[in-house]
Amino acid sequence: MAVSQLVGAKIHRREDPRLITGHGHYIDDFTRQGAAHAAFVRSPFAHARIKSIDVTDASKAPGVAGVYTARDFKGQLAGTHPAAPAFVADKKYIPERFPIAEKEACYQGEIVAAVLAETKGQAADAANLIQVVYEELPAVMDLEKAMASGSPKVHEGAADNISWDMTYTGPDVSEAAFKEADVVVKERILQNRLAPVPMEPRGVLAEFETYDKKLTIWMSSQNPHFIRLFVSGAMGLKESQVRVISPDVGGGFGSKISPYPEDYLVPALSRLAERPVKWIETRTESLQNATHGRGQFYDVEVAAKKDGTLLGMRMTQFLDVGAYVGTFSAFQACACLMAGGAYKWKGISARTIGILTNRVPTDPYRGAGRPEATHLVERMVDLVARELKIDPVEIRKKNFIQPQEFPYTQNFGLVVDSGEYARALDVALKLAGYDDLRKRQADLRKQGRYLGIGLSTWIELCGFGPSAATAPATGGIALVESAQVRVTPTGSVIVYTGTHSHGQGHETTFPQIVADQLGVPYESVELRHGDTAEGTAFGYGTYGSRSLAVGGVAISKAVGKVIDKGKKLAAHMLEAAEEDVVYEHGAFHVKGSPDKSKAFGEVAFASYGMNLPEGMEQGLEAVAYFDPPNLVWPFGTHIAVVEVDAETGSAKLEKYIAVDDCGNIINPMIVDGQIHGGIVQGVAQALYEEVVYDDETGQLKTGTLLDYMLPSANEIPPLSLDHTITPSPTNDLGVKGIGEAGTIAASAAVINAVCDALSPLGIKHVDMPASPDRLWKMMKEARQ
Amino acid sequence: MKHKVTTTVNGRKHEHEVEPRLLLVHYLRDELGLTGTHIGCDTSQCGACTIHVDGKAVKSCTMFAVQADGKSLTTIEGMAKDGELHPIQQAFWDEHGLQCGYCTPGFIMAAAYLLGQNPNPTEDEIRKGLEGNLCRCTGYVNIVKAVQTAAKTMSTSPARKATVAAGGN
Repeated sequence: MAVSQLVGAKIHRREDPRLITGHGHYIDDFTRQGAAHAAFVRSPFAHARIKSIDVTDASKAPGVAGVYTARDFKGQLAGTHPAAPAFVADKKYIPERFPIAEKEACYQGEIVAAVLAETKGQAADAANLIQVVYEELPAVMDLEKAMASGSPKVHEGAADNISWDMTYTGPDVSEAAFKEADVVVKERILQNRLAPVPMEPRGVLAEFETYDKKLTIWMSSQNPHFIRLFVSGAMGLKESQVRVISPDVGGGFGSKISPYPEDYLVPALSRLAERPVKWIETRTESLQNATHGRGQFYDVEVAAKKDGTLLGMRMTQFLDVGAYVGTFSAFQACACLMAGGAYKWKGISARTIGILTNRVPTDPYRGAGRPEATHLVERMVDLVARELKIDPVEIRKKNFIQPQEFPYTQNFGLVVDSGEYARALDVALKLAGYDDLRKRQADLRKQGRYLGIGLSTWIELCGFGPSAATAPATGGIALVESAQVRVTPTGSVIVYTGTHSHGQGHETTFPQIVADQLGVPYESVELRHGDTAEGTAFGYGTYGSRSLAVGGVAISKAVGKVIDKGKKLAAHMLEAAEEDVVYEHGAFHVKGSPDKSKAFGEVAFASYGMNLPEGMEQGLEAVAYFDPPNLVWPFGTHIAVVEVDAETGSAKLEKYIAVDDCGNIINPMIVDGQIHGGIVQGVAQALYEEVVYDDETGQLKTGTLLDYMLPSANEIPPLSLDHTITPSPTNDLGVKGIGEAGTIAASAAVINAVCDALSPLGIKHVDMPASPDRLWKMMKEARQ
Repeated sequence: MKHKVTTTVNGRKHEHEVEPRLLLVHYLRDELGLTGTHIGCDTSQCGACTIHVDGKAVKSCTMFAVQADGKSLTTIEGMAKDGELHPIQQAFWDEHGLQCGYCTPGFIMAAAYLLGQNPNPTEDEIRKGLEGNLCRCTGYVNIVKAVQTAAKTMSTSPARKATVAAGGN
């Protein structure tokens, strides 16, 4: 790709003028003439039989247009909630899931009835009048108890509560490594259940046009084409009859990838009621029903030599699936495949067990599987270092995959495309002033203060993904990406992508790539996305840090096709041979004769005219799909400095350094923004956030933002960022993903710092969140 | 029973008959069509609905519309004047102080009040001053920078300083 001015430049976002003036278009800003408002009645119990539902009073309430229970949707919706097999080949048990419960509710918040009314207030009032008689059943909450043969079942009548149990690599694979070991370190590592909490809750507005048999859905989604696929199938419609529009989306973080019960019910209600229907999620509904992330624990042991050489790992992932299997839930098992991190191992044995509980399903949340892998390996490496009294920096450097070893085939056969791990670590150490920090730590320890320094030398795989890996993982559809580039007669360029932006700034960055490649003014390039009625036949959405590394490359390929056609036409116009025409700086010219030239706009205009080469069709546009040959592999080093208050156990993050390598950078401002946000979500997991259910009843205790602690600006220190650049050899742009990196790296850095801080007390491991009460108790016990 | 409410919003007078339970944020969004004020929680934690009521920053989900009777309100739509962005809006744009943009109107309104009260806040004062607003995208880094930048711009633009001190627009 040509050296240019736009790629790599801090270009201010085009999205912003509408968003900073209050003129964005989020889902709740849409309405349709005559729309009814939907409210849902949800199970207050984690597990209950539904004995009866009395809708008499609700039906008579003011403004009510209809009351609906499961029976009413039987002819409207077919099939069960889609669950992709992902990386778990042996899917043992996927409970049937209809969008509305009929006889049994299996998590608190599961929908049991729906009301339509003229206003949202009336709908909510009427929903309160519906009388449901439940018979409470035992709630299955504890993962280990749930696996026992005598356990009550998450779904009545099920054989057990195991959704999957898959051994990637058996104990034999690491046997030799463990035999060689001087030291074996074991730990159980918890991954607290998290709520993604995009600031904009979900919402659906659906209009089924009875006589045209066409359905339009406006919704807050990361993934409009997949929603069209799923909802059309369930409603017995052709994909061509359904249009899904995902406008400005107020954050997603993975929670707006998969289809939800309301995504089916609201369109079905529109068809039943023959009028548009709107539903906007409340925050409590969101915390209760939007898919959660993490919710796992790991049993891990690591074998090492006395000199710090890592040898082998044995790990089992115990994953809380929730009451139903999320569409991409099994993707979280990729934590096993990434458990080796940035290091070389003789053998890794890995097994994943997906366990059903009476909680809302888990599904990908920013990082999905990779934050867990980083947390696990970075914690274990620190534990080994501590056991052997080696500095955490030294043990990492000793075991890194070395620059000359790439492409490196890791223990699970994945090929790591590129990396220079020690360089990123060195840059971070310098930025942090590591040696001075250690001195300061020693001084403070003399004063009885607990300062800790934590490292996370993270790697990830992203950019999903190659068809050979992703088509089997999703059950047939390869997660490649599509693009369409259309040039109008006056030379404007409209670019359509199948990805979706919900804060990532694609309207800005993708035109940067296109304008550079075409050599046309940035202002003449417009990006469109989020509407299945526009652009290519299918788009794959945004998740897994894939938009640039897959979608951006598809766009670049489509631009290449446009240039190719332009060359043919320009050659004809210039009366030259096609192979003699070159395209530079926005013009086609004959090699060696820069004066014999046609500007891009002239060629675009000519393409709609009459003087075309023999056999050429009018127009200047192209579609491209990009099937990446590999995933991309960003990496970096994060360093957290934490002081734990000796009296209160409160952990204060003092300083945070992040050096990330995502290959070539399109817009550094946006890259840094992604890292900032990602880090804070990881810090939040480490110190603040946890979805808590009552252990016995399965009642959600963190159902509002009063109880679920999102950090504010006041909890977060300034973050210091730097980069190294190791271009990815996997794609022509040399780019890797960056959307999830911060979250993948951060929890390990923070918890390693907390453990380092408390090491004088003999505390080796701390689970998340490292809240003041948890640390205070641990410190009190340690001092006794 | 409905109640008559008279308000001045962004300089325009409005009269409506509203239900007593109608929240101010719903009045702005549903009655006046000012959808720039967002709703992000049910419990007044997130601050996405922050507006100015008689010059003070208020989470508009914590007030009933009837309580705003006779009051002067400024929403995010009232911040830019004659096509010119307010310095705080400009600073959020310049410093990449937003990603998904959903929390942004609330942050801009809260920041406008903060700078009206304290035109030269320290970083610590900015972080404390904005703790009633939640953002899930930016990690707050560039929001803090944006407020610092806006403070600088506004201190060199006396006209803006005066209007902000008088009521946030």
